[in-house]
Amino acid sequence: MSWDTVIGLEIHVQLATKTKIFSGASTAYGAEPNTQACAIDLAMPGTLPVLNKQAVNYAIMFGLAIDAEIGQVSAFERKNYFYPDLPKGYQTTQLEKPIVGRGNVEIQLADGSTKNVRIHHAHLEEDAGKSLHEGNFNSSFSGIDLNRAGTPLIEIVSEPDMSNAEEAIAFAKKIHSIVTSIGICDGEMSQGSMRFDVNVSVKPSGSEILGTRTETKNLNSFKFMEEAIKREVARQIDVIEDGGTIAQETRLYNGETKVARSMRSKEEANDYRYFPCPDLLPVIVSDEQVEELRRNLPELPDARQTRFVEQYGLSDYDAGILSSDAAMANYFEAVSRVCSNPKLAANWTMGELSARLNNEGLSTSNSPVSAEQLAGLIIRIADNSISGKMAKQVFEGIWAGDGSADEIIEARGLKQVSDSGALEQMVADVLAANQAMVDDYINTDESKRKKKLGGFMGKIMQASKGQANPQQVNQILAQKLNELL
Amino acid sequence: MHNLTIAELVKGLQSKKFTSVELTQHFLDRISSLNPAYNAVITVTAEQALKAAAAADQRLAAGDAPDLCGVPILHKDIFCTDGVRTSCGSKMLDNFIPPYNATVVENFEQAGAVVLGKTNMDEFAMGSSNETSFYGPVKNPWAIDSVPGGSSGGSAAAVAARLAPGATATDTGGSIRQPAALCGVSGIKPTYGRVSRWGMIAFASSLDQGGPMARTAEDCALLLNCMASYDDKDSTCIEREVPDYTATLNSSVKGLRIGIPKEYFSEGLHPGTEKAVRAALANLEAQGAELVEISLPNSALSVPAYYVIAPAEASANLSRFDGSRYGYRCEDPKDLQDMYCRSRAEGFGEEVQRRILIGTYCLSAGYYDAYYGKAQQVRQLIQQDFVKAFDNVDLIMGPTCPSPAFKFGAKGDDPVAMYLEDIYTIATNLAGLPGMSIPCGMVEGKPVGLQIIGNYFDEARILSAAHQYQQSTDWHDLAPEGIA
Repeated sequence: MSWDTVIGLEIHVQLATKTKIFSGASTAYGAEPNTQACAIDLAMPGTLPVLNKQAVNYAIMFGLAIDAEIGQVSAFERKNYFYPDLPKGYQTTQLEKPIVGRGNVEIQLADGSTKNVRIHHAHLEEDAGKSLHEGNFNSSFSGIDLNRAGTPLIEIVSEPDMSNAEEAIAFAKKIHSIVTSIGICDGEMSQGSMRFDVNVSVKPSGSEILGTRTETKNLNSFKFMEEAIKREVARQIDVIEDGGTIAQETRLYNGETKVARSMRSKEEANDYRYFPCPDLLPVIVSDEQVEELRRNLPELPDARQTRFVEQYGLSDYDAGILSSDAAMANYFEAVSRVCSNPKLAANWTMGELSARLNNEGLSTSNSPVSAEQLAGLIIRIADNSISGKMAKQVFEGIWAGDGSADEIIEARGLKQVSDSGALEQMVADVLAANQAMVDDYINTDESKRKKKLGGFMGKIMQASKGQANPQQVNQILAQKLNELL
Repeated sequence: MHNLTIAELVKGLQSKKFTSVELTQHFLDRISSLNPAYNAVITVTAEQALKAAAAADQRLAAGDAPDLCGVPILHKDIFCTDGVRTSCGSKMLDNFIPPYNATVVENFEQAGAVVLGKTNMDEFAMGSSNETSFYGPVKNPWAIDSVPGGSSGGSAAAVAARLAPGATATDTGGSIRQPAALCGVSGIKPTYGRVSRWGMIAFASSLDQGGPMARTAEDCALLLNCMASYDDKDSTCIEREVPDYTATLNSSVKGLRIGIPKEYFSEGLHPGTEKAVRAALANLEAQGAELVEISLPNSALSVPAYYVIAPAEASANLSRFDGSRYGYRCEDPKDLQDMYCRSRAEGFGEEVQRRILIGTYCLSAGYYDAYYGKAQQVRQLIQQDFVKAFDNVDLIMGPTCPSPAFKFGAKGDDPVAMYLEDIYTIATNLAGLPGMSIPCGMVEGKPVGLQIIGNYFDEARILSAAHQYQQSTDWHDLAPEGIA
């Protein structure tokens, strides 16, 4: 029996405001526990929330980016439950009147096709703090860090429009690309800036009736999300094919151990007792405010992709990859601007640089190689000062902090020899010193001679300590050997 | 000195007839000798008060000091005071010392008022008799065996017993006006949004409003001048200039149209109370006001609507008291659940727990529409009643509460009988309107209150009508036996 998979996503996006959604405390990541939590964040008696206007603007910008309806009147509600990382005993969120209504996001798939994913809505809410169970805390104690409590979030809720892990990942990446492009989120997944809840169900192929779904919460990388979806789909199919039924439940996936477990069943689900928050007035969004934000909305990934093709002559594919990540796109453009060689700029940004950043777990914005430095390297590649092989050495040098491309080429004597007189002499010397190889070449059947060239190349490069321009050597060598035939 | 009004104290201080230190010491002495009988004040800040008084005297000596500079007051223990325990009348916060001031406290501090201490109250402002306080009930200075009303019973009793010339209070369903009536003092609940709620521990956020209590309407006007302010720390505070409420006190009531809601004179109203209130209305009529019978047809729904909305909001507002960050925590919790359950079961009193349960129930899945949703609709109807009424009248008047102060324990076993204490006061909170109570007679040796309800932000008109009434009567000057 074959099965269809139905996937919907809820994505929590931390907004890049300087202060929290309802207080003036800083949102900066990584501070000592509880040093960025003020009386409001600690829910001290008598304290009151005041809405951060920038958070509202950011939410509206997201709505504009996905062509959604913007709620002219949105309202905050209290979602009540007890948990140590939730100081007020309720989360201030939006339910009945979210700020962003229905919208659409187009995703590109590997086969080149596109698909529309509908957004049900996106709402503003506050993040919770964190419980700490390790470190100085023994089994009978847990610590609470409320630095994150009150960080503004938008929760983006999709329709169940995705039918496999690939589509879900493409959608998640597209959202990442949009929110970083318009600058409302720093996109730092490892710091929890984006977190995904995945709703998955399966049904017999072609069936109109949706299966029972499970929700896997708090996935914070595309990789974990992909694994979690694949495992959950397989689990559900196994259960059903073994004659069982899927229980509606919330699950947790551990990316390290690759094990998912049930967190709570539908029966155990909280009754959150939502009701309008009496401490906050409804949020009124004026047409002027929306138009102002629309005018100033930064370039969206799709528009940027089109522009990269037109402006820089990149392939659709390359332009797509570069424009999917705002930081990478900006980096590429900066490199291109300095070196005036968009093709090499694109190749190096997507190739060597991205690979190296991925390996080190770094993002483009904290790359040790600046756009100017990479451009400097590309200039030397383009003017044939260095070979591709040397370029990799130079890149490593720049990465290690040894200076600019020119400084490293100079210091290590890496300059490529492209002087044709010198190269001709070098080739002649090598041929003279290796008469046996030359004879062998001449006696070889014409169709197989090409394979013999490599041996000569090796000797010549060796003689030049790798500095001979390989294209020129190739040309000269072929010419000289032909003269001997 | 303790028989002088705030207006007279201001004059005396400004003309150096006495110093703030003398005045402060006088009231501190009265608190230490008289308070044990009334239990109206639960924290006395003598040292700080004398220091503040000395500073006030310097400001007064330098000239150009604000009106309230050097005037001693008491704060209801619901207002957070930096460095001074703020208990909200609860065991839950018996150990809570806020590191910040409520905006109201800050306003008085800026004006140079001297804080003598904090007043007793029903736990988390939930009660109409002051019997729910963790610190024991407040006694009514007019009848020691009777309740002072609540929840601001401590503030009302303290003013009645001349332990302070004025005090702050809060009103969610009548908590300023009802105790003011029962203790024979004046008290005003301003329009919702007029006084900042920052630092005022929340009971029901959409209904809570701070306001002053004093012996006269003029004193209330002086205190409200200082207490009311726009505050960007409270999103529900309304940005609107605060008028000088003393400036219009002398406006005549001639031509004033006073609405008399027939629903406020229905069965359940004590005949003595009715008689006193009717006499007060006749007095105003004699001064030239016009009495107009009106109807507020949804009045009967106000108590049931209130007892859904207020507990619903309270159930969420009080969730933060979970034993984890401040306040009471049970001994040796065995796990998280145990810490939550026992800290709250042991830290909250019975009435608070009852209201948390009612509120939680009303918001539960399947009940929300029938209770909370319906109550919000009723609230709209009640508000519309008032809006319609104010098309035709300038003020609305009637009794503050159905009967004079009842004896301790009289309604203790019957929460609903207790809730009906606020039958005439609750509607103004639901509508967000300003309301006041002033003394207008005595029944069986206990004071009766006249309630004056105004249109939105019409506090000045309420205060001037009250002042005009007090100019021709002396109910507000009476003192309980043994006080003067």
